[in-house]
Amino acid sequence: MSSLQGVGIGRSIVVGPVLRMPDKLPEPATLSSTIGPDAEKERVTHALAGTAADIRGRGEKAGGKAQEVLEAQALMADDPTLRSDIDTRVEGGATAERAVFEAFAGFRDMLLGIGGYMAERATDLDDVSQRVIARLSGVAAPGVPESDTPFVLVARDLAPADTALLDLEKVLAVVTSEGGPTSHTAILAREKSIPAIVSAHGALDLTDGTVVIADASTGSITVDPTAEEISAAQAEAERRAARASVPVGPGALADGTPIPLLANLGSADGVEGAVKAGAEGVGLFRTEFLFLDAKAAPTVAQQYTHYSKLLRGFPGKKVVVRVLDAGADKPLSFLNDAPEENPALGLRGLRALRASEHILREQLTALARAQSESDADLWVMAPMVSTVEETRYFVALARELGIRTAGVMVEVPSSALLADRVLTEADFASIGTNDLTQYTLAADRLLGSVASFQDPWHPAVLRLIREVGRAGEALGKPVGICGEAAADPLLAVVLVGLGATSLSMSPAALGDVRAELLQHTREQAAALAEAALTAEDAAGARAAVRALLPA
Amino acid sequence: MPSRTVVVASAHGLHARPAAIFTQAAAKAGVPVTIAKNGRSVNAASILGVISLGIDHGDEVELGVEGEGAEQVLDELTGLLTTDHDAA
Repeated sequence: MSSLQGVGIGRSIVVGPVLRMPDKLPEPATLSSTIGPDAEKERVTHALAGTAADIRGRGEKAGGKAQEVLEAQALMADDPTLRSDIDTRVEGGATAERAVFEAFAGFRDMLLGIGGYMAERATDLDDVSQRVIARLSGVAAPGVPESDTPFVLVARDLAPADTALLDLEKVLAVVTSEGGPTSHTAILAREKSIPAIVSAHGALDLTDGTVVIADASTGSITVDPTAEEISAAQAEAERRAARASVPVGPGALADGTPIPLLANLGSADGVEGAVKAGAEGVGLFRTEFLFLDAKAAPTVAQQYTHYSKLLRGFPGKKVVVRVLDAGADKPLSFLNDAPEENPALGLRGLRALRASEHILREQLTALARAQSESDADLWVMAPMVSTVEETRYFVALARELGIRTAGVMVEVPSSALLADRVLTEADFASIGTNDLTQYTLAADRLLGSVASFQDPWHPAVLRLIREVGRAGEALGKPVGICGEAAADPLLAVVLVGLGATSLSMSPAALGDVRAELLQHTREQAAALAEAALTAEDAAGARAAVRALLPA
Repeated sequence: MPSRTVVVASAHGLHARPAAIFTQAAAKAGVPVTIAKNGRSVNAASILGVISLGIDHGDEVELGVEGEGAEQVLDELTGLLTTDHDAA
């Protein structure tokens, strides 16, 4: 028996056999063909036709929206323009593998060049390319493995395209060797309530069929466990399930201190699910979807319709809307499409809106109109605020246009450090832990190679959050959390200990967090926070907090 | 060669789903079909070719069909392009 250690997402413990997700294929070598163009073309024909048939078969199985996406992928494999491009390369002496690789890459770059919606299709093209090359090379196609029995999925990391096809019914847990607690894998795991262990070095050495115990609460993986260990894990799983099944209701600590649990939503379509999961309101409503895929900003009337729909879902409840958060990493042609070398440090969030103030004015106008016709309690906040002056600017503009409650997101260390001044100007603060971690540790959220830095348990991040918590308490202003950190049940308790007054997360995470909060009093939460603050790194903070928990 | 100028109706232009529907219909025609925007012409049966034109809602495109039943094929494809598939 051996064991692996990673970062756990969730609270469950599972036992099951491993199924490995095949790695991305290496780039085919630029060798000259040894069998000649005609034979290579023959291979291409078979590989393309086989891949198209395979994709269509999966599409028929999936049905619905997925089938439409897969049909478009099959058409790419059938594409005559692509085929003639491949043939030209083969005639130039390339192997079928290399010709396919280069031809697909050419079209992918073209799609990326068009940008926007088309750029998203580039991933589809990559997937088809990998499947064709795998078929040519006689290896397993990369992608999500399929099985009729439940399994523990082991992968390097999961991409959005993989997870879209994942049959979650069969996935007991996800274990990745890379990716941090804010990776796509981790976000998916929280959203779908699947236990996950990320950054588990050595996980890729696990072979298909190996039985493991994966304990997301400690991030440990036991390989080839004994029968006793398996029955102990199963008993523990039942104990945890029983503990987590608290009735849906308002969030509160063990001593009755209310901690409102709110939902993060990306469109008004998610309202029903959030209400069902017991959300007491919305802590983060992202408005980007209204703007993405648009050449011009949506009109005030269009926006108003959508905001009204959202507010109708939460009568008498708090709804926090974030104005458009765009930047060079999520470019919108009408806002800022100037290429930037460091988009995360560029003209983004409120900075970009301020540079195109009419868009901000229109959005606030639409929100104010929706507010006036609703009995929901609308709060509006600005993203990426880094100075007191920006806070003053946004709050003044929001008030001028009729918004009753205006606040800012604290995502940049400067805002956290000056939280007392920021909260003097703003009605509330909401901490975006993902960006706050990125800026505190100087590690790009989207870059896998620095994912290990991207951990909101890091005491440096927690100390900044404490600054905001203290300022909120001193000034009597609410401090919410709306990053992924709030969805980590134990970290949620620590955040409350640091002064957070409400927590917002994906609706799926509400149940676990609600159950965990009920285990701790305010005093205990403060003690856990204190322990985390004195650690020297994220792992140390986790360990220090766990050490204080009852066994 | 028989040809026709059409204004594209789909709200998101000829991307993804509408492009797939159009491409499949063009491939089924059994005769060579081209689609052109701003003078750049591609094989209409090629989804990548069609996508590469970056056709948006309201864009004017020119369809060209060679061979037997050209007019009928033009009618059918024009019908597809003037339907808003994104609305469905």
